[in-house]
Amino acid sequence: MSDATKLYAQNGDPVFPRIVLPEIPNLAQIETYESNGGYGALKKALSMDPAAVTDVVKKSGLRGRGGAAFPTGLKWAFMPKGNEKAKYLAINADESEPGSFKDRQILEFNPHQLVEGILIASYAMGIKAAYIYIRGEYYKWYKILEKSVEEAYSRKYIGENIAGSNFSVDVYVHRGAGAYICGEESGLMESLEGKRGYPRVKPPFPAQNGLWGNPTTINNVETIANVPAIIWNGAEWFAKIGAEKHPGTLLYGVSGHVNKPGVFELPSGTLLTDLIYKYSGGVIGDKKIKMVIPGGSSMPPLRGDQLEGVKMDAESLKGAGSAIGTGGVIVMDEDTNLTKVLLRITKFYWDESCGQCTPCREGTGWMKKILQRMYDGGGKVEDLDLLVRVANNIEGNTICALGDAAAWPVKFTIQRFRKELEEELASQERSAAA
Amino acid sequence: MFTEENLRRVEEIKNRYPKPMAALLPVLWIAQEQFGWISEETMHYVGGLLGLPFNHVLGVVTFYTMYNKKPVGKYNIQFCGNISCMLRGADNLIEHLEHKLGIKVGETTSDGLFTLKEVECLGSCGTAPMMQVNNDYYEDLTSEKVDNLLEEFRKQAQR
Repeated sequence: MSDATKLYAQNGDPVFPRIVLPEIPNLAQIETYESNGGYGALKKALSMDPAAVTDVVKKSGLRGRGGAAFPTGLKWAFMPKGNEKAKYLAINADESEPGSFKDRQILEFNPHQLVEGILIASYAMGIKAAYIYIRGEYYKWYKILEKSVEEAYSRKYIGENIAGSNFSVDVYVHRGAGAYICGEESGLMESLEGKRGYPRVKPPFPAQNGLWGNPTTINNVETIANVPAIIWNGAEWFAKIGAEKHPGTLLYGVSGHVNKPGVFELPSGTLLTDLIYKYSGGVIGDKKIKMVIPGGSSMPPLRGDQLEGVKMDAESLKGAGSAIGTGGVIVMDEDTNLTKVLLRITKFYWDESCGQCTPCREGTGWMKKILQRMYDGGGKVEDLDLLVRVANNIEGNTICALGDAAAWPVKFTIQRFRKELEEELASQERSAAA
Repeated sequence: MFTEENLRRVEEIKNRYPKPMAALLPVLWIAQEQFGWISEETMHYVGGLLGLPFNHVLGVVTFYTMYNKKPVGKYNIQFCGNISCMLRGADNLIEHLEHKLGIKVGETTSDGLFTLKEVECLGSCGTAPMMQVNNDYYEDLTSEKVDNLLEEFRKQAQR
């Protein structure tokens, strides 16, 4: 397995590759990265036609790792071909979805592979400038990125006539200031332009009308960090790893009631139960699991007795009634108070709602009020239907996906744990009557 | 109002973007670094530097939680209360901090040393519960660890 730790998984091992987090000490240092062959994929890409680079990414089947799992090569192909207007790339390092802490591992341990991926993507799309938008709280990783970008400039990987080619691009690190909504791609662009992070109505899509009205692509950190390995090893190599329709490795972050929480790079389609019991050391105190959120707090939760055989990739999770999201797995044991969990999640979306759309701004507040009443012991059985009604009035009625993200946890937790919640509320009603 | 060094940084940052408005967030960071918080006077000043109306700057400053709209303590404690931290006992630690510091969430100690805030997910779910103090993360916290950190901050402040 030692060969699998090489940069870009250069042995080509499709069984247990470490593509974005190889086990190489001090890889964040540019000397180490280079001596392991780093920036070799960039040179390879520069010897290819830009359209051929996009083609390799398309054929590899790489899908976005930021939540929506959209095909990356296709996204790149949406960008106009000519250079009449300057084109921009924005890298989403705003990692803020509760339960997600994976991109920061790349920023900390393998930042140059991200920078190299940015340069390859920029070459493929003819980008003039790339901006890495990093959440304000990630100060430590912001500093690491600034240093990495500076080093890459000084070695002529970024700037004018990169590595002796006639390709030029600039890369800048841009720090956010605390707003979940800036992880939404159009909110991110507004924020980068120096405004409130209000999501935009789509269409027009970013590839036509993005940053400053120019063609723009927005990609997640982990997505882009995969690109050098794909260019180096070829599309066929990547397509064979993990789940057929969602190939590659995923950075799974496991948190909550497990013995050894952490981030694990494993092939897509890894069993959820393996993630919990094999890699994260099982549940604390050997308790049973009540609920698991498989892909960050916005995704529909699964019941603890429905985890057997569930695989962690986009298609399989859709089949299981949830979604892969950011791969952030939150495990809750049998003693967890579901109302408290829902109240905390709902408070988050209420807090982070940008306030543009009435259903989201008001609806999250109403859900929070009802859940608070339930948590304080003053709930009624009919509150469950009321909550579902409010959630349904938010879902699909907002400019961006934050509305759906707020509605789903409430709606699906009630659907999947109705009996338990009804019993609790019935007993609250009885004690109120007595 | 900015130091010469900071004025030079503003010019460098403006060159990164096709429009000066895009420099607003980075320049507000410089302002907060220099002054500790962002007053209305600072907003007017930053607006002047970038050619932006005061109302736009005000709108941005109030949208983002990390810009301090009023002075904060020397140690700005931002405790994550979101789900993964909550599952691992964040509530108790926040209460513990309130008790230890003699203030409620949102308040600053009378000696100006500590401000306590509960914040949303800081992306440290695997090392929960956790808090950010000024720029730094403190992870895998217990009440003992929190106590030791407070001690350390108090000592640091005396130096």
